[in-house]
This record gives sequence, structure tokens and C-alpha cells, in this order.
Amino acid sequence: MKILVCIKQVPGTNKVEVDEKTGVLKRNGTDSKMNPYDLYALETGLRLKEKYGGTVSVITMGPPQAKAVLYEAFAMGADNGALITDRKFGGADVLATSRTLSQGIRRFGSFDVILCGLQTTDGDTAQVGPEVAELLDIPSVCNVQRIEKAEQGSIIVDMDMPHDIETIKAAFPCLLTVNKDICQPRLPSYLRKQQTMKKDIDIYTFSDMEDKDEEKYGLTGSPTSVQRIFPPISDKVQEHLEGTSRELAQKIYTTLKQKKFIAG
Amino acid sequence: MAKLLIHQEKITDAKALAMICPFGAMQEKDGRLSINAGCRMCRLCEKKGPKGAIEYVEDKKAPQIDKTKWRGIAVYVDHVDGSIHPVTYELLGKAKELAGKIKQPVYALFIGSGIKHKAEELLHYGADKVYICDKSQLEYFKIEAYTSVFEEFITKIKPAAILVGATPVGRQLAPRVAARFGTGLTADCTILDIKENTDLVQIRPAFGGNIMAEILTPNTRPQMATVRYKIMDAPKWSDTATGTVHELAISDEKLKSRIQVLGVTKKPKEKTIDGADVIVVAGRGIKKKDDLKMLEELADLLGGQTASTRPLVEAGWMDPKKQIGLSGRTVRPKLIITCGVSGSVQFVAGMNHADTIFAINNDPKAAIFKTANYAVKADIYDVIPELIQKIKTGGKAL
Ligand SMILES: Cc1cc2nc3c(=O)[nH]c(=O)nc-3n(C[C@H](O)[C@H](O)[C@H](O)COP(=O)(O)OP(=O)(O)OC[C@H]3O[C@@H](n4cnc5c(N)ncnc54)[C@H](O)[C@@H]3O)c2cc1C
Ligand SMILES: Cc1cc2nc3c(=O)[nH]c(=O)nc-3n(C[C@H](O)[C@H](O)[C@H](O)COP(=O)(O)OP(=O)(O)OC[C@H]3O[C@@H](n4cnc5c(N)ncnc54)[C@H](O)[C@@H]3O)c2cc1C
Ligand code: SF4
Repeated sequence: MKILVCIKQVPGTNKVEVDEKTGVLKRNGTDSKMNPYDLYALETGLRLKEKYGGTVSVITMGPPQAKAVLYEAFAMGADNGALITDRKFGGADVLATSRTLSQGIRRFGSFDVILCGLQTTDGDTAQVGPEVAELLDIPSVCNVQRIEKAEQGSIIVDMDMPHDIETIKAAFPCLLTVNKDICQPRLPSYLRKQQTMKKDIDIYTFSDMEDKDEEKYGLTGSPTSVQRIFPPISDKVQEHLEGTSRELAQKIYTTLKQKKFIAG
Repeated sequence: MAKLLIHQEKITDAKALAMICPFGAMQEKDGRLSINAGCRMCRLCEKKGPKGAIEYVEDKKAPQIDKTKWRGIAVYVDHVDGSIHPVTYELLGKAKELAGKIKQPVYALFIGSGIKHKAEELLHYGADKVYICDKSQLEYFKIEAYTSVFEEFITKIKPAAILVGATPVGRQLAPRVAARFGTGLTADCTILDIKENTDLVQIRPAFGGNIMAEILTPNTRPQMATVRYKIMDAPKWSDTATGTVHELAISDEKLKSRIQVLGVTKKPKEKTIDGADVIVVAGRGIKKKDDLKMLEELADLLGGQTASTRPLVEAGWMDPKKQIGLSGRTVRPKLIITCGVSGSVQFVAGMNHADTIFAINNDPKAAIFKTANYAVKADIYDVIPELIQKIKTGGKAL
């Protein structure tokens, strides 16, 4: 089975604050890491390979330093990786990201199963998976919580829905986004890390894209546009309750009664 | 293609300028600044940096589309076997409000099998036209078939904007549709407004609720947005229904799918916090697992459920399904009482839409007090037993 996992580099923390006066984002720390949700996708890929044989490839789109996540994936057991990077891809929203990723995937090879995380911890849209599937014209199943089995030319999975579990058979090639119930990701192996430190990766830039229409990538290719960023606002009425615990219990009780949470 | 020009000579402190970039896309090396592929073109560096240091140049103006060709606000009807998800009504309410501002109609798109008899109901919530595609092939949610029906609808009706509930179905269907039309999709909007030129003003939290972003889809139609359940207010059921129901035709060829639904297993009915009217939340102020009983008792007395912050789930004291917050559930109960919860942004993001918020914390500086309507400075171990007693005895003095 040929498996591909899409992984993204995200900031090490999403603890950002907006300076109320200037509107500038204040970020604490500049370290980055693999999107935690993608660890589950990668683990799913590695387990599929262990059971059915084949290869696990990883791909990421981002700035040059995003290649670090490919090496993280190698240390966990991925076989090979590709980085898609170009200034022309900067400023991409979901659509432009998905276009670039799908073009990069075509370039990288043909795969039976493409795995994505449920969402990321920065952009946090959970939209890239299904958009990539659409652009590759392959079926997609999101919220996969269990892989039942792979068969000749298809895979059977459980999709987590609000009230029930749907068991779905998807024909290869297909794209799955997996949730955190699917499995526990393994830790990177030190030995593997040493062995793969200098591993070659494929690097694709704009000139490697099949579709060379610049208008479709990066900022220009992004239909959405972020107008402004601001801190969350709260507009709540506030009352401070103080006193002995007996008085406080009485006050809470009275308020709950007034608001009809307690009968009588 | 638009780009940023760096005027190094106008930069006095390259390091400080690099810090402005929320995406870490600016790098300083030997006093010189460069911008890498991490740049999202948010243009903060242009606005907030030294005047003229970063220049934004757009070398080609994209041709403007004719926005008058796209009219009306459409809502995707989320349902399970014909039982309509309440997020649909909330979105119809919002759509009605937006459509009123631009004097355009509200549409509803209803896809499924054996659902016809439910279409009427949508008219009572403000839909002007309900488009229904009722076919046996659409019995289960099959993403390719549903996307094709959506495509038919958009091609035929040309709505200016489409609102989709951010349910497990909506969250996978909307992106496929958006990609098919090469249009923008804004995820999890919490505030929606519309301009006269029908541009949808979409506001959504990002970075886990730490910041809010205002997003436009200025030159593409249809505009698409997903909205989570319990964010918008549901309209009242109205007696009069002036709208009409129309059938949306589609060829069987387009309903073909490469996925097959082999079976559907009902999940065991568990008490979910998602729909609870009253929630009592345990935070790390709870010292041991056994003490949760006290909160369970309070929740029972109020006819509600217990829930918790993440550390208690991590400690194995609470079911992960009962975690509120960014990486847990979003709830919008009528009443929430937080007990020993500090009020981290990640937690607050999942509950700040509750109607009434009581926070009990013994630290007067606790952040949760900024979110609370009733800030109760007290030790939970003192006040909760008292409160339980009060409720049990009907508030009479003992
Ligand atoms: C404040 C803010 C708000 C935004 N809001 C929107 C919005 O509403 N709509 C919109 O279109 N764009 C939006 N964007 C832009 C969007 O976040 C980025 O375009 C991003 O590339 C989209 O991915 P995501 O982080 O949301 O990924 P998700 O869709 O959450 O990612 C899902 C999965 O896709 C895969 N994946 C995602 N990105 C990559 C990658 N670069 N390389 C490899 N695999 C990847 C991973 O497997 C990941 O787990 C916003 C950006 C900001 C800063
Ligand atoms: C990416 C990310 C996602 C996250 N997602 C979530 C999420 O979904 N949900 C979530 O909850 N957290 C989430 N977190 C964790 C979050 O940042 C906080 O760590 C967490 O919410 C804190 O939980 P707490 O309030 O119970 O504990 P603490 O912050 O330790 O607060 C305990 C509070 O109890 C008070 N207290 C102590 N004893 C008493 C007493 N006897 N009486 C009254 N008050 C008392 C203290 O004054 C303190 O304010 C996330 C973090 C990250 C980085
Ligand atoms: S435009 Fe925004 S993302 Fe790009 S370098 Fe400037 S601040 Fe960073």
C-alpha cells in the first residue's frame, strides 16, 4: 500500500496576545513543531504499513524551515518526504494551500491512501483535507476514528458522526482525515533519528507545479482575505458576590431562583 | 502577483520589525531583513512597522467580478434522516437578518432521502425558497453525491452567500463545494454581517480563540462560511409561511460515488454536555476525584450535567467527552457554574456564549471573573455544600 501523510509545521504555542493599543500580535516564543493532530495521521499510516506492507511518505508545504517536520516524521518511521516551498506560495488561504498541496502530491507520486490530521492548531479550519481530495478528484472521509481493514483496492473505515458510527468502504485512491481516537502516536526513535538526519528530501517550487498559472497560488490565488486581527471582546454584565460562604450560598440560591433554575 | 518590497534603508531596528510578524515570516540577519514563504500577507509589517519600510505592491489588479449576478443567502439544511439539526434554524435566522439588509431572498438547500414532508417546516423559520433534492441514492451522507447536488444548486440559483453548520457533515461538505467552485470558505464564524455590495463580513477566532480575525471574500462568489451550533440565535417559529418549496433535479449519473456506506451503528446514548441547559464545571480547584461527587450532586439538583477543564480529563478523572474548551466541546447552556476554574482562553473559548455564567474561585484575580456574570470569590469546599443544603431545604434556615 502506498501511503502519504500531509503534515504541517505550526507555532510551538498558540499563546498569542494582541496589543490593545497597536493591534500587533505578541507571540511568546518562536519555536515550532509538527501540528499535533498530524501525529495521529502519521501513526495511522505507519500502522497500515506494518500490517499491509508498502511505504509511508510525508509531504509538507511551508517556509524552508518547515522541512524540520519531515525529519520528525522520519524519526517516527516515515520512508521519504517532500517539501513544497516558494515565496510565491506565501499568504495562501485554504484554497490556495490545497491547490499547492494537491499539485505537489501529483508531482510526488501516486498513492492509495492520503492521510490528513483533523485540523491544525494555528489556522484551525479543518478544511484542507477535503479541499485537497476535491482537487485530486478522489473520495474523502473525514473524522475517521477506526480503520477496520484494507482490502484489494479499497479501505473500510469508521466515520465518527454525532449520533452514530458510519462504516464506510472507500475505493483507492482516497483521502482520510483522522481524529484523536484512532490511535496513540509513537515516540520518535533516537536510532532512527540518527540514521535519517541526513536523508535527502524532494523540494518542489513553483516551477515544479503542473499548473503554472501564478494567479492560482499564494495570496493572489486566495479568495479569502484577512482584513484585520483584534483581541476578543467581552460585553458581559458583571456582578461581584462577596461575603461569608453562608451569605454567598444564599445569594447564589436567590439568583438561581429568580432566573428559574430552581423551582418554587 | 502582489508582493512586499523591503526598504532596508528605512529600517532602524530590523529585529524589532521582525517581531511584528505574527507568523515568524520575517528574518533578521546581520541587520538585514528578509521575508520567507511563511508570509501570509497579513500586511501587519506594512502597517505597524516604520513608515515606508515595507511596501505592498500589487502589480496587476484582478478583474472585478459582477456581484449583482449572485443574489440571496442560502442555508444548507443539516439533518439526520430528516430530523433537522437546530443549527439550521439558527442559520436561517441569521440569513434572514443578512438578506433583509440587502433586500434579497433566503434559500434553503435540503438534500436527502424521504425528507419531503419536512421541507414545510423550514418555511416557518424564514426560508423564502426551499430547494429539495430527495433521492434514494442520497439516503446516507455520501460526500461526492452531496457535493454534486450542491453544485447543481449553486449553478442554478447563484446565491451571493452560503451558510453551512459546522457539524461533522457540514465541515467536510462545505470545503469540497468551495474547492469545486474555487471560492473562499471561512471556518467557524462567530459574527456575520453584510455590506451593501453583498460582501459578507466574517469574524472568526483563530489561534485557539486568542485572537479574532475579520475575513472577506471580496472578489469570488459564492461566499461560503461555516458556523458552529449555538453561536447564532434561533428565530421563533412563525405561523405564517409565505415561502415555497421547489424540487431540484439531478441526473443519476451525478450521484455516483466511490464510497459505500456498509452500515450505521447507533452510538450508545450517553449523556452529552452539548445539549445540556445547565452545566457544573470542575476545575483544578477540585483536590481529589472523590470530590467530584459534590459537583455531581449540585448538577443533579439543578437538572444539569457535570463537565471539566482539560487537566481533569488528563488526570483521568473525567471522560474526555466532558471536556469544555478549544480541544473539547463548545457549549452554550442557559446556566454554567465553574468551580475552581482559572479561566484560560482555551477553556473560555468553549463556554463564553453561555447565557448566565457563575464562577466560583478563591483567587480574586482569576481570569474567569472577566468572563463571569456572577463572580463569586469563595472556596468551593465551603460554598458548594452550603448551596446544596439551601437547594435541598428550599432555602429555609436550618
Ligand atoms: C487568523 C487566521 C484566520 C484564517 N481563517 C481562514 C479561513 O477562515 N478560511 C481560509 O480559507 N483560510 C483561513 N486562514 C488561512 C489558513 O489558516 C491557512 O491558509 C492554512 O494554510 C490553512 O490550513 P489550516 O491551518 O486551517 O489547516 P487545516 O485545514 O486545519 O488542516 C487539516 C490538515 O491538512 C493538512 N495540512 C494543512 N496545511 C498543510 C500544509 N501546509 N502542508 C501539509 N499539510 C497540511 C494537515 O494534515 C492538517 O492536519 C486563516 C489564517 C489566519 C492567520
Ligand atoms: C492548544 C491548547 C488547547 C487547550 N484546550 C483546552 C480545553 O479545551 N479545555 C481546557 O479546559 N483547557 C484547555 N487547555 C489548557 C488550558 O490552557 C488550562 O491549562 C486549563 O484550562 C486550566 O484548567 P483549570 O482552570 O482547571 O486549572 P488551573 O488553571 O490550575 O486553575 C485552578 C483554579 O482553581 C482555583 N482554586 C483552587 N482551589 C480552589 C478552591 N478550594 N476554591 C475555589 N477555587 C480554587 C485557583 O485559584 C485557580 O484559579 C488547552 C491548552 C492548550 C495549549
Ligand atoms: S505581511 Fe504579515 S505575514 Fe507577511 S511578513 Fe508582514 S507581518 Fe509577516
